[in-house]
Amino acid sequence: MIRLEKRPQPSRAFAWATPLLAVLATFFFGGLLFAVLGKDPIQSILTIFWQPLFGEFSFFYRPQLLIKGAPLVLIAIGLSLGFRAGIWNIGAEGQYIMGALFGAGVGLAFYPAESALIFPAMVLAGAFGGWIWAMIPAVLKVRFGTNEILVSLMLVYVAEQFLASMSLGLMKNPEGFGFPGSRNLQQYPSAHNAELITGSGMHWGVVFAMIAVIFAYVLLTRHRLGFAVRVTGEAPRAAKFSGVNPGRLILFCLGTSGMLAGLAGLFEVSGPSGQVTIDFNTGYGFTAIIVAFLGRLHPIGIVLAGLLMALTYIGGDIAQSQLGLPAAAIQVFQGMLLFFLLAFDLFTNYRLRTGRTEAA
Amino acid sequence: MKFTTLLASAAVALGLGAAAYADGHEKTKVGFVYVGPIGDGGWTYEHDKGRLAVEEALGDKVDTVYVENVAEGPDSERVMTQMALDGADLIFTTSFGYMDPTINVAAKFPNVKFEHATGYKRADNVSTYSARFYEGRAIQGHIAGKMTKSNIIGYIGSYPIPEVIRGINSAFIHARKANPDVQFKIVWAYTWFDPAKEADAAKVLIEQGADVVLQHTDSTAPQAAAQEAGNVVTFGQASDMGQYAPFPRVSSIIDDWAPYYIARTQAVIDGTWESTDTWDGIGAGMVGIGEISDAVPADVKAEALALKASLADGSYHAFTGPLNKQDGSAFLADGEVADDGTLAGMNFYVEGIEGDIPQ
Repeated sequence: MIRLEKRPQPSRAFAWATPLLAVLATFFFGGLLFAVLGKDPIQSILTIFWQPLFGEFSFFYRPQLLIKGAPLVLIAIGLSLGFRAGIWNIGAEGQYIMGALFGAGVGLAFYPAESALIFPAMVLAGAFGGWIWAMIPAVLKVRFGTNEILVSLMLVYVAEQFLASMSLGLMKNPEGFGFPGSRNLQQYPSAHNAELITGSGMHWGVVFAMIAVIFAYVLLTRHRLGFAVRVTGEAPRAAKFSGVNPGRLILFCLGTSGMLAGLAGLFEVSGPSGQVTIDFNTGYGFTAIIVAFLGRLHPIGIVLAGLLMALTYIGGDIAQSQLGLPAAAIQVFQGMLLFFLLAFDLFTNYRLRTGRTEAA
Repeated sequence: MKFTTLLASAAVALGLGAAAYADGHEKTKVGFVYVGPIGDGGWTYEHDKGRLAVEEALGDKVDTVYVENVAEGPDSERVMTQMALDGADLIFTTSFGYMDPTINVAAKFPNVKFEHATGYKRADNVSTYSARFYEGRAIQGHIAGKMTKSNIIGYIGSYPIPEVIRGINSAFIHARKANPDVQFKIVWAYTWFDPAKEADAAKVLIEQGADVVLQHTDSTAPQAAAQEAGNVVTFGQASDMGQYAPFPRVSSIIDDWAPYYIARTQAVIDGTWESTDTWDGIGAGMVGIGEISDAVPADVKAEALALKASLADGSYHAFTGPLNKQDGSAFLADGEVADDGTLAGMNFYVEGIEGDIPQ
């Protein structure tokens, strides 16, 4: 008889080993899946994980890792603060969209004027857009006790409607022959979030993601607010006694995560993407939830997790093209990663016991 | 700087290879970038049929690769670059949103040929191609006008863009010609492919009295909703959707990219490829009309086929005056036909359609 027994103390070793075990299990079962589909499993996994990093064209793919990973890390860092405190912002995708719309809106409003102040103004507007969108669930929760999971999630769909409306109406490129989509900010130097060093993939979003990681690390380990975040998540009653104001913490956590998601949207729309279009959002806000958990809600872990997710996307597309793997198989592969992570996570708090059940 | 040099040298090596096959790859490599899954039963499905037709027709002279479900924006740019780096000689990018990424990547790989569907930006190594789906809409409009008993025709729009508005106008003009009492009810689904939303839109239209439902979205959900309602006529979109024939699906518009894809690939093999802008209709076979089923009365079917023949041989244009815009101002004088520029950017309804185009 096998049964689960709660550990007296969560296992620290398991907490750190879980991501590694999850990745190994994903390799194994993913390889099995690829084999069933008639592809060489070793070659498939090498294509996904080796080619972008060390293959013939890695000079192109490595910078792409930063471009793909930066928004994930930036959003996940913000989410991780709330998740630690038990405040669940599921609507980062919506905040990402609103940040992009506010930021791009400011940039487009100044077109075609050139000034060094335009881009900083767009950054502020982007951060504000994400922040204000996250403040809706935050204020509703503090004032009326609504569920922030539902409200923030539903606001994603509202934001998507805004996005469609802006692409078709207000922000539509007047020189676009009636087609939807804004002007391309890549062709507007003052508003373009260009690569800081050509070919490095390093744009302002990457820089901000790094800064956010450092800030989050200092906040969590050295600052009183970080202590409040951690203690609220781990022991809500103790937090109350130690004088944490739960309302303020909710506003801080949702506001910060919204702001970072908004920034991610702004850097994306003004850089790699370039345009406000109907399909601008591609799910970074949702994927970042996986990244946050895969990184154990720890700033350094999130950087690694963000790069790993980016790698599976880039490698996945290469595998599709070179080996003819279907997109669905790649998605299953990514899904396995989260599944195994959660499955192995169980062993942080529980252990397996074999033997006879004791009489109750 | 190092990066650009690397990319440029890679491009040169591969590009020259494409012409002379100096790098050892003997087959012409053709890449396809798809916006949806190949099993969507509509838009991407038909593009993939085109790819398979290229393989079939040109056999061991070509190698085709594809990546499906590629988001518009930076992801598509990366996938195109990757195909070019892997030695593709010709790349078809099959969604409007791939326009700027295609132009960006094409600038870095001057010796790789690109073909972008439904866009308007071209370069020395970028062609554009699209189909005159509005010709098919004319035939649908005619059949719809004849088949409706409630005189209410429902229309599921995807996004209010010129392509879709052109289709609505063409269908409306010919429905009115067939039946002067016809009214159009238009619902915007804001999606190209979402079975749940499309089914909802179809149900709303049917509840409002529509007994014919036209769709500019790609799933078969509206067909299923019409079948459930029992007495509602539909048309297949992008693909034949023949599993709902003979009723509710009485005909369809089929995108047939195969002849174009084969011809363009052959041009690359022969070294005769040039940047062009192609906008073909029924005549060139890019727009197919699915079999008109027996649910349509024989005389209506005969009229529809006559209309198809006149559109195919060019003796009739779907936008022929006299036509007014919705606000009553003149659009086309008697006998005048719309020019391609006006059609490409069409953002107004013709006279008689009620409601506003959402902004």
